[in-house]
Amino acid sequence: MSSHYEAPVRKPLVLGDKSYGDISNDIARPVETPPNTDWWIAFSIAMVAFLWGLGCMAYTIGTGIGTWGLNKTVGWAWDITNFVWWVGIGHAGTLISAVLLLFRQKWRMGINRSAEAMTIFSVIQAGLFPIIHMGRPWLAYWLFPIPNQFGSLWVNFNSPLLWDVFAISTYLTVSLVFWWTGLLPDFAMIRDRAVEPWRKKIYSLLSFGWSGRAKDWQRFEEVSLVLAGLATPLVLSVHTIVSFDFATSVIPGWHTTIFPPYFVAGAIFSGFAMVQTLLIIMRKVSRLESYITIQHIEMMNIVIMITGSIVGCAYITELFIAWYSGVEYEQYAFLNRATGPYWWAYFLMMSCNVVSPQIMWVKKIRTNIIVSFVISIVVNVGMWFERFVIIVTSLHRDYLPSSWTMFSPTFIDIGIFIGTIGFFFVLFLLYARSFPVVAQAEIKSILKSSGENYKKLRDK
Amino acid sequence: MSLKRLHVLFDDDDILLDAVKEIVKSKIYIHEVYTPFPVHGLDKAMKLKPTKISITTFIYGCIGFTVSILMMNYIMIVDWPQDIGGKPSFSYIENMPAFVPIMFELTVFFAAHLMVITFYLRSKLWPFKEAENPDPSTTDDKFLIDMDSGSNLSKTKSMLKKMGAISIKEVKE
Repeated sequence: MSSHYEAPVRKPLVLGDKSYGDISNDIARPVETPPNTDWWIAFSIAMVAFLWGLGCMAYTIGTGIGTWGLNKTVGWAWDITNFVWWVGIGHAGTLISAVLLLFRQKWRMGINRSAEAMTIFSVIQAGLFPIIHMGRPWLAYWLFPIPNQFGSLWVNFNSPLLWDVFAISTYLTVSLVFWWTGLLPDFAMIRDRAVEPWRKKIYSLLSFGWSGRAKDWQRFEEVSLVLAGLATPLVLSVHTIVSFDFATSVIPGWHTTIFPPYFVAGAIFSGFAMVQTLLIIMRKVSRLESYITIQHIEMMNIVIMITGSIVGCAYITELFIAWYSGVEYEQYAFLNRATGPYWWAYFLMMSCNVVSPQIMWVKKIRTNIIVSFVISIVVNVGMWFERFVIIVTSLHRDYLPSSWTMFSPTFIDIGIFIGTIGFFFVLFLLYARSFPVVAQAEIKSILKSSGENYKKLRDK
Repeated sequence: MSLKRLHVLFDDDDILLDAVKEIVKSKIYIHEVYTPFPVHGLDKAMKLKPTKISITTFIYGCIGFTVSILMMNYIMIVDWPQDIGGKPSFSYIENMPAFVPIMFELTVFFAAHLMVITFYLRSKLWPFKEAENPDPSTTDDKFLIDMDSGSNLSKTKSMLKKMGAISIKEVKE
């Protein structure tokens, strides 16, 4: 027992009187039992939204980008807002699984699997937007540096848009293998307890024949550590490069050096909010309260509060630098942002992102599930508006006052966005019923140090 | 007397670890240990060599870095140099700042994917591979040592019993 010592000040991460076998049972239960009516209702709603979005995408591709609300002045708006929003949401998964692994934070183990799933599903949504905006998505492979027979040019490696292609592709594929490698022992657990032959067959295939030899585990741990070391700078680079899409331009309001850190903080902020939204529901529905505890929710709320404050500092720094730069175009861009016709979007951004997370300073509030859930939704709305504010308010009043205009989305714009939310939830709901949603092998390895029953035993 | 092979089951990681140390000390060969989660210190107790996978990863990263430089040098400088926005591309080193993001991304891409592929191949993990753990409970909550019986079977058995084995099975080679 002595080798499992953990300071008594640390609160237990696995509640209740759990044995190794209990953990297997708890994690396998949602996979082995048929979904209830609520799941089917949620799945049907998500599916309808997804199909509606598919219809809008088909209409866009069949008719052209003219079906969107874009105009000559505002050439980027709704689609890129959604793109950045979805990519940002993805960041929390990697932060939880990689950065917290490097910092040896044990509380990540209850939530990392679902957070990584969320990363992958949301990056898929993000990737859809630039591809649809191409107009001819079947030519998307032209983004890759392939020798071509068309007599045209290579891709331009000076362009941040191409950096984005590489960053997002690397991010998506590396996150996927990181996730899958961690899943292998858990799939094997479900495979070995499966009664029905079809279930055994499916999970045998998914688990790649994982056997749990000592050497496998030694390599597994090394691979996890090195992948975390690679994923940490990767995740920071991805949103940095997304911010370069704007920061390397010459548009007042976009051309700011603060963008990379500001975007990364915002990404973590919105991502944690989405993890919070999903897991507060999931812990209840899948009866995982012993593994995703109030302490986990509190920790995530603290991250939300801190990153929200960083984002708030960035907003104020931007305003200060605009004034201090002495550039009147820059000054007008920010004055217009805060007091112009889109003031309400700016106000929503400020109140949702900067003000609302500050209530988390109070312990009673940050350990309250309902408040945490509401704030997580508020933050997601706020972060969507942040991207909208940055993109649309910087464009709609450009250098030529005669071309000043407003942007309003068409129902196609809105339909595609709703469609991606539907697609995301379709994937997540399927995941919740077919994948081990908690990294049970990792939880078992900390049970003796952080399990409530073992802690009590030690205190005696 | 021919050597027998034993499959010994345990239900606790600490007991398993002590047993492995004991077995190694009495110079009985351990073929393999199957556990449901990483038991820390097990590799040292079994005297397994440290894995070299992170060294290969460093090499893979270097390959990715080199590939990115060669690729962009060929595409942007050699094959079709352009003057984009008054910035002619006639020298890789002068244009390098714009190439840094992709040099970084490809380094990570190569390092991560080739490392995972190496891990899967070395540990024999791929789709449609049959699992090799002898007892299905070793992915749940049991720990199994696959070992030789040693010269004296009954003595080994009583030693294992005393160490807390919950079942001992003799298997054919």
